[in-house]
Amino acid sequence: MASKEIKLSCRNVWKVYGKSPDDFFNKNNGNVSDPLKLAQEMNHKEHIVANANVSFDVHVGEIFVIMGLSGSGKSTIIRCLSRLVEPTAGEVILDNEDLLKKSPKELTEIRRHKMGMVFQNFGLIPHLNVIENIAFPLKIQNFNKDTCFEKAKKVIELVGLEGREENYPSQLSGGQQQRVGIARSLIVEPDVWFLDEPFSALDPLIRRQMQDEFMKIQSVLNKSIVFITHDFVEALRIADRMAIMRDGFIVQFGRPIDIVMNPVDEYVRDFTGDVPFERFLKAEDLIEKSKSSTDNMKIISSTTPIQEILPQLADSKNGLAVVDDKNKELGIITPQGVINVMASAGSKKVQNRK
Amino acid sequence: MKTLLKLDLFQWFFVIAITVSFLLMQNQFVWLKEFPKEFIFPLSAILNSGMEWVVDYSGWFFKGISWFLEWPIKGVRWLLHFLPWTVTVFLFCLVSYIASGWGLVTFTLLATFYMVLIGYWVESMNSFSLVAISVPMAVLVGFAIGSWGFFSERAEKVIKPTLDFLQTVPAFAYLLPILLLFGFGTTVGLLASLIYSFPPMVRNTILGLRQVPSEIIESGIMSGASSRQLFWLVRVPTAWKQILLGVNQTTMASLSMVIIASIIGGTADIGWEVLVYLRKAEFGGSLVAGIVIALIAMILDRITSGLAKNSVTYKPREKSFLRRNKFWFLAITGVLFFYIMSFIFPILNQWPESYFISPAKFISNGLDVFILNFGTQIDYLKQVAFFFIMLPVKIGLQLSVSPYTWGFELTPFLITAYFIIMILFSSWCFFKFSKDVAVGVVLFSIFIYFGLTNMPWLPLILIYGLIGFKIGGLKLSLTIVASFLFITFTGVLPQALLSIYLCGIAVIISFILGSSLGIWAAHNDKVSAFMRPINDTMQTMPSFVILIPFVMFFGIGEFTALLAIIAYAFVPAMRYTEHGLRNLPETVIEAARMIGCSQAQLLWKVKIPLAMPVIMLGLNQTIMFGLAMLVIAALVGTTGLGQLIYIGLSKADFGTGMISGVSIALIAIIFDRTTQAWRIKLEKKTQ
Repeated sequence: MASKEIKLSCRNVWKVYGKSPDDFFNKNNGNVSDPLKLAQEMNHKEHIVANANVSFDVHVGEIFVIMGLSGSGKSTIIRCLSRLVEPTAGEVILDNEDLLKKSPKELTEIRRHKMGMVFQNFGLIPHLNVIENIAFPLKIQNFNKDTCFEKAKKVIELVGLEGREENYPSQLSGGQQQRVGIARSLIVEPDVWFLDEPFSALDPLIRRQMQDEFMKIQSVLNKSIVFITHDFVEALRIADRMAIMRDGFIVQFGRPIDIVMNPVDEYVRDFTGDVPFERFLKAEDLIEKSKSSTDNMKIISSTTPIQEILPQLADSKNGLAVVDDKNKELGIITPQGVINVMASAGSKKVQNRK
Repeated sequence: MKTLLKLDLFQWFFVIAITVSFLLMQNQFVWLKEFPKEFIFPLSAILNSGMEWVVDYSGWFFKGISWFLEWPIKGVRWLLHFLPWTVTVFLFCLVSYIASGWGLVTFTLLATFYMVLIGYWVESMNSFSLVAISVPMAVLVGFAIGSWGFFSERAEKVIKPTLDFLQTVPAFAYLLPILLLFGFGTTVGLLASLIYSFPPMVRNTILGLRQVPSEIIESGIMSGASSRQLFWLVRVPTAWKQILLGVNQTTMASLSMVIIASIIGGTADIGWEVLVYLRKAEFGGSLVAGIVIALIAMILDRITSGLAKNSVTYKPREKSFLRRNKFWFLAITGVLFFYIMSFIFPILNQWPESYFISPAKFISNGLDVFILNFGTQIDYLKQVAFFFIMLPVKIGLQLSVSPYTWGFELTPFLITAYFIIMILFSSWCFFKFSKDVAVGVVLFSIFIYFGLTNMPWLPLILIYGLIGFKIGGLKLSLTIVASFLFITFTGVLPQALLSIYLCGIAVIISFILGSSLGIWAAHNDKVSAFMRPINDTMQTMPSFVILIPFVMFFGIGEFTALLAIIAYAFVPAMRYTEHGLRNLPETVIEAARMIGCSQAQLLWKVKIPLAMPVIMLGLNQTIMFGLAMLVIAALVGTTGLGQLIYIGLSKADFGTGMISGVSIALIAIIFDRTTQAWRIKLEKKTQ
């Protein structure tokens, strides 16, 4: 993974609300040695710390999920990335350029071409119908009507809203409204896609369905995604990597399985406690080094979920060969290996719970 | 805590002691009773000479504006006179259809035909032409100021209090400075209506723009909208309904002011007709003309509110050019059709005078017969109200109780008995309820015995200042004291007390009446459905019109004014009470029921205390409505500040008119702040 190109990165970003938040950073030339202590000092002086020293990278084509409870600062951080909220300190680097140094005009240009965003409550403009809402980002760039509608038709097809073009947002169900939101965010073909709790306002069944369709769309488009959610299971389902936030800090990073297997503290353990970890295992989690030749083995990708591995494993006695996305062989999976992983993880989990 | 309680009671004790000693000694020292004339600050004279100076040196500037503004008025009037009445009626009906549908079209058709039939078409169109010009101007000004206030917090800090002040200064008081500056003519009505009607537009614009959900703004920004695109393509369209509601309120305020402004005369409009008949005491005529105003108000209200409601029901866009612009085509064809037809049938151009039907005489005669037959009953009603309610509050039991009025003399024994009973009642209240109630009883018994207008000025300021301090702290207290000092030092305190007396009684009755109706309506859907159109009509009606029926039956005088104020001011009390009671959290009511509350307990122990903050808002609005109507009621003969403004207007005495106007505004502001502070206190308790 580390070999992958970095699209967007967030370096020591702080967002502090209060009377004079800048004062805290002017002291040591902006160097913060002990973030935790500084945050405590801020709280003490009646400032509210929304984001504290948040750093992470988003790779090209990766789904990066930020998960946390309400008030943990996850909505603020995604707004810092798009500069809907002005960070107090830190750097946000998109394609090797610092976004925070951009003028409002340059920023508008970046938003017009490189970014798309989906909102929890859809953020649709009530007086525009579906196709006008979707074409809105193009309209304000003064594209002519035909181009707008042509491109809009394409994304409408992508999100499956054909036949609804003339409807107004108030005439649509929640799920359909969010499809409009998704279509609108995709119409300018952005590289970076921000999704702020896109499915949280939907019913559980619709949510599942939308998650599946989201994954399908992503498999086609391969965007670099920052996805915010408070739903731990949702995060596990869709994340390539994820971060868990609390009180403005990131408390843990990692692949979903790492977090389920090794929660760093009580807070994270509260989330992982009830999650059936077996469901989130992927091929790469089950690999063991091969001693024999893998010539006769069936080959699967490292990201294959366990649900698909087990039936194949049942059919092949020797095991399965695992390759990464560059077709390099990583190892093999054997039935015994799967049982070993599950057993050790299970016992670890029991220990953790104590 | 105990020492604080003692201190608290001591303050009251001190103030009451001063009051009583002033009252006892005021016959020896006149200055205790009345504020000495020598100390009155000659503000009125200063204002007058200042105004004269302005008129002398820059009068040409204002006169120029006036001359300039007359042109559009003349233009619109010419157009409305030139067009056959059928064309205008057709256009009104078309707009009614767009705004609401066939129901409103029928209403508009009948209402406009009434105006034609009784021969008030020209006068109605004269009034309408002023509204038609002032509303677009007020809307533009209001929208611009509102947007400015939305973007700049600092601007909003100036705008909000200015609007508060503009809306509490009585409409009458605007007229005088405008009249002096801009000279006699139709521009006065236009400008007065402009000043009076733009504040609601500002408020609704700010409110609407604020209410746009942040996610919609963010989605606009993320779509790459520039700040101008964001404002015009995202904020304004999303706030459109609220902005149109502002247009609705602005239109109604504008009409109301246009009608009031006809008092200066020379406009040949419908308000003037009402006034002429009122002065001649020909009530049939004033009623017939008054109904025209009411109808105009209703049409304008239904149209503008209909447009606001329609603005959020989105329909699929029509494809063909013809269908998209069908209303324009309809308008053009209709106008041409009726215009041509009016040449063939002159009756469609101008309704011939010989066909006018006026029920004025008939109504007047009927009224005469009614008063002849029921005059004694009406007089009896008036007297009861006078002797047992109004006079005791005004001049006190000490002067109003006599064998002629109450049937017995107020002997020293009775006086002693009265005070002993009141003191006993007060102490009972102290133990049963709280010290506040007890203090209230003491103050009330003193007020009622001596009469509000006989209260010496200094204790009055002290008492009200202390009440303000208890409710809203030092700031409120200082506001109150400063306002009273202004009123006292400009020498209008006696008139102010007369106004407070009349308005006070009216507000109390309105509030009791309104909140009782509100409680009833909250528990009975039929009552609610029955009262809603009545309330709507009362609220959109120009206040002027409400006077008419009461003058018809009760003649000129304070009693009529009292009834008119009540009729105008009970509506908000009712509305807010019903609203407050109907919107309580269901779970609390259910919980109370399950605990076993009876219906009465549920109402008095659960619902009313919970709804109290909203009910208080109703009281606040009742006071504001009452004060607004008080000034208009000066037309039917009240004493007090309203009358003073009216006199100032007729004598072109700018100083007196302005001081009285500002005094009313100050009274409105302190009562507003006091009830608001009280409400906030209650809100903190219930949350």
